[in-house]
Amino acid sequence: MSYGFVYQFLFYLFGVTAVASAAIFVTRRNPVAAALWLVNTMFCIAALYIMMDAQFVGAIQVLVYAGAIMVVFLFVVMLLNLGLPPSVADIKGKGARIVALLAGLVMLAEVLVIARQKLPAELEWLPRGTSVTAPITEPLFRAYLLPFEITSVLLLVAIVGAVVLAKKRS
Amino acid sequence: MLQLPSAQPGGVHPLAGTVAELVWLLPVLPLIGFLINGAISLFSAFHAGPADPSAAHGAHDASTHAGQDAHVAHDDHAASTRGLWHGVVTVVGPLVLLLSFVLAVAIFVAMPSHMATPFVKTFFAWMPVGTDLPLRWAFQVDQLSVMMVLFVTGVSTLIHIFSVRYMGDDRGYARYFAFLNLFVAFMLVLVLGASYPVMFVGWEGVGLVSYLLIGFWFNDKANADAGKKAFIVNRIGDFGFLIAMFLIWSNVGTLDFSGVAAGVGALPAGGPLLTTICLFLLLACTGKSAQIPLYVWLPDAMAGPTPVSALIHAATMVTAGVYLVARSSFLFSMSPVASLTVAVIGAVTALFAATIGLKQWDIKKVLAYSTVSQIGYMFIGVGVGAYVAGLFHVVTHSFFKALLFLGSGSVIFAMHAAYHHTHNTDDAQDMRNMGGLKAYLPVTFVMMWIATLAISGIPIFAGFFSKDEILGSVIARAGDSTLADARWLGIPGGIVLYGVYVLALAGAFLTALYMTRMMLYTFHGPNRTGATEREHLREAPPMLTGPVVVLGVLSVLGGVINLPAFLHLPDGWTGALDQWLAPVVGDATLRVTHGVAIETPHELALVGLAIVVAVAGIATAFAKLNPAALVPKREAKPAAGFERVIENKYYVDEFYDRTVVTPIVTVSRTVLWKGIDSGLVDGVLVNGSAWFMRGLASIGSWLQSGQVGTYAWAIVIGVLAILSAFTFR
Amino acid sequence: MVPEALFFSAILFVIGVVGVLTRRNAIIIFMCVELMLNAVNLSFIGFSRLYGAGGQVFVIFVMSVAAAEAAVGLAIIIAIFRHHETVDLKNINLLKG
Repeated sequence: MSYGFVYQFLFYLFGVTAVASAAIFVTRRNPVAAALWLVNTMFCIAALYIMMDAQFVGAIQVLVYAGAIMVVFLFVVMLLNLGLPPSVADIKGKGARIVALLAGLVMLAEVLVIARQKLPAELEWLPRGTSVTAPITEPLFRAYLLPFEITSVLLLVAIVGAVVLAKKRS
Repeated sequence: MLQLPSAQPGGVHPLAGTVAELVWLLPVLPLIGFLINGAISLFSAFHAGPADPSAAHGAHDASTHAGQDAHVAHDDHAASTRGLWHGVVTVVGPLVLLLSFVLAVAIFVAMPSHMATPFVKTFFAWMPVGTDLPLRWAFQVDQLSVMMVLFVTGVSTLIHIFSVRYMGDDRGYARYFAFLNLFVAFMLVLVLGASYPVMFVGWEGVGLVSYLLIGFWFNDKANADAGKKAFIVNRIGDFGFLIAMFLIWSNVGTLDFSGVAAGVGALPAGGPLLTTICLFLLLACTGKSAQIPLYVWLPDAMAGPTPVSALIHAATMVTAGVYLVARSSFLFSMSPVASLTVAVIGAVTALFAATIGLKQWDIKKVLAYSTVSQIGYMFIGVGVGAYVAGLFHVVTHSFFKALLFLGSGSVIFAMHAAYHHTHNTDDAQDMRNMGGLKAYLPVTFVMMWIATLAISGIPIFAGFFSKDEILGSVIARAGDSTLADARWLGIPGGIVLYGVYVLALAGAFLTALYMTRMMLYTFHGPNRTGATEREHLREAPPMLTGPVVVLGVLSVLGGVINLPAFLHLPDGWTGALDQWLAPVVGDATLRVTHGVAIETPHELALVGLAIVVAVAGIATAFAKLNPAALVPKREAKPAAGFERVIENKYYVDEFYDRTVVTPIVTVSRTVLWKGIDSGLVDGVLVNGSAWFMRGLASIGSWLQSGQVGTYAWAIVIGVLAILSAFTFR
Repeated sequence: MVPEALFFSAILFVIGVVGVLTRRNAIIIFMCVELMLNAVNLSFIGFSRLYGAGGQVFVIFVMSVAAAEAAVGLAIIIAIFRHHETVDLKNINLLKG
């Protein structure tokens, strides 16, 4: 499938922005700043999802990930009053950073080497103009019904657990 | 079953079914004595141990209370085995020996007059090693072993009886008799063994018990060192025995005496193999019989109780070497070089030890060197192929040497008793502290003179006949024998033998000289013991003098065993031992003399010469030595010059120490101990492996630190590993 | 476009790993984990273009689980903070041994 120039340009734009935001996120001292940069990353990723015909998932990404999960993170940061830059640097020493960087580069190189394969042709499984959610939700409630139900139980358990763990002992 | 090489026609040995079947009882009886006495010594007291009451005793007998005065009991003299147990030991110890002697006599009586083959009784398959080496525990009853058993058990019984009184107050009384019984048990195994391995068991056993008995009063380090020295030097000889056994087995295929005797004929006579075997056996003999170069333990062995010296170092253990050579006569007779070596070593040792004996002041040391010297004569005898002569001297020597030792024991007993009364700490064994004892110990005096005359070779007494036969054999074989035909280190054998004769004769002169010197300084002349002590000197009790008297009688009459032909006595009185031992060593003797029974040339002249030499020795001693000029030990001046060299035994011990002992100890200490043991084994292997494990463990503990960051790293490293596996596939 | 998407996914994932190894603040580390999850989601979406709807369905599941995990994890961090007054991971080593 061939893509137009604008499509490719935007794809690369969002991709590079995501990567840059992630890199910046990793190096922020201030937790709030870091969280916000991560939100930016997630927005870019959502854009990428939409460009790859995963519109529903992209919307979910913005709503749930960027909108709920990261907000919870920020809540906790503010609850624990970690907004101020800590007096002690919480980034590990220079040696650890260099070694970690090296490990990361090695990992990247190996992944890329492994991933050098002939990929099959892209599917046209999402005919344009039809419903966007149906092709996903149909398997979700049919073939993957059991994981769906279990996930809902998991969410219940998580809620209960979070409440129990975070409650102040009275 | 054992294949006897020349079985009797008819197949059944004449001794089968007779009392000889009980031959196993001979060593078992003393073994039972050992077990009983040993148990008593272990259980009767907490303090079973040596009773060395005063440190000044050094390497001497501990004091033996005469019990003549009711003294305040000293703690150190409190006997541990008192009352009933003391009585049990007293009865059991000598009784088992007496029973063994009676059994030996019974077997002797049961033996037919001409028994051509030995009676071998196999008891059990001891160590069957595959099919090539079936070692059996078997005893051999033949003329040689019966002869040895007779005088071993006989003399041992007398010494056991002597020990009852001598060691009666010693705290280790039961232990002493246990060891003494064990020694006789092993000695009997040695002489009764039908094969080299069984004999070796006895060989090692007597070495072990000799160590135990020499170091009997082990609280004094010098005594323990003497025991160690004896054992270690003996071990060097044992090494020779083992090598010889290996060589015999690998070349002949069997280790039983009968089998080897039959099979050795296939080996080249006089060849290097036979000579090597015999030389290794000789090494073993020099160790056990205290010849050059391994004699150094015997003088130190005087640290043990005097009856031990009498038994082990006069009558039994030291004769084991001579017995071995005689038993291996079929080997030695086929190797003239080895036989000549035996004779030369015997001769040199005889003279060498005699010179040392000239300047010793300790009465027991004189006798020790005398033993070394006399065994040299036995070696001369068996070395020149006159096996009967050598064994004859073994028997007579056991009589008069045991007598000498027991007599000296009586003297020391009396001296100790005297010193004890005045609490004198002088040396009770030094001749310079004695003198004039004939007035105080008359019986011992007479008996000791009998022994001195016997050892010097004065006619009628036993030693004359045996020593004379040896000297005569040397001359006879110097004329015509395989030995004379051979060359020893390039020298013709005949010349070597004449040299041996000269050395032996010189040794005889010195023997008479130093023995008379000993008698002069001990019994004649003025008494130097001290005025107050003198009053307490008295003859030893009857239980001590009794065995001495018996041995004295034997020393007089012992020569009758093998009277020489020149006396022209009626048949049956001459050469009894010769005929008796002929089936055992006769072949070997003839092999040396080219198959012909030779006569000693000029026999009467040689006999006369020997008598002259002996008398000259005694006379010289009387003439040159002045006992009155002696002073007690504490006032004596140290010797100087050559005298000092002899008195210090030519510094041989010091030489050995510097050349052999010190290097070994140094190497052991620096290389083996510090280097290998501490460094390698302890350091690298033990500590090193522990250090390594600690290292591994500390790496492992890093993984369990509880630090989440560490765990994250661990996960990442794992992922990288898996990715690498896929990448580089 | 899929190869490019996978490429970006790999880079984002590695950045997340480096972040986990480098930071000491527990919440930041948690956020890096979320980043890694997002990277993986991106690659799932990319593959779903090739192989069908299963990829997107799985992404939905991942997101819900991530939500649950975030809730519980942050609750734990709050509990630890109450105890230790710090979220510095260096001092939290109760898993030791």
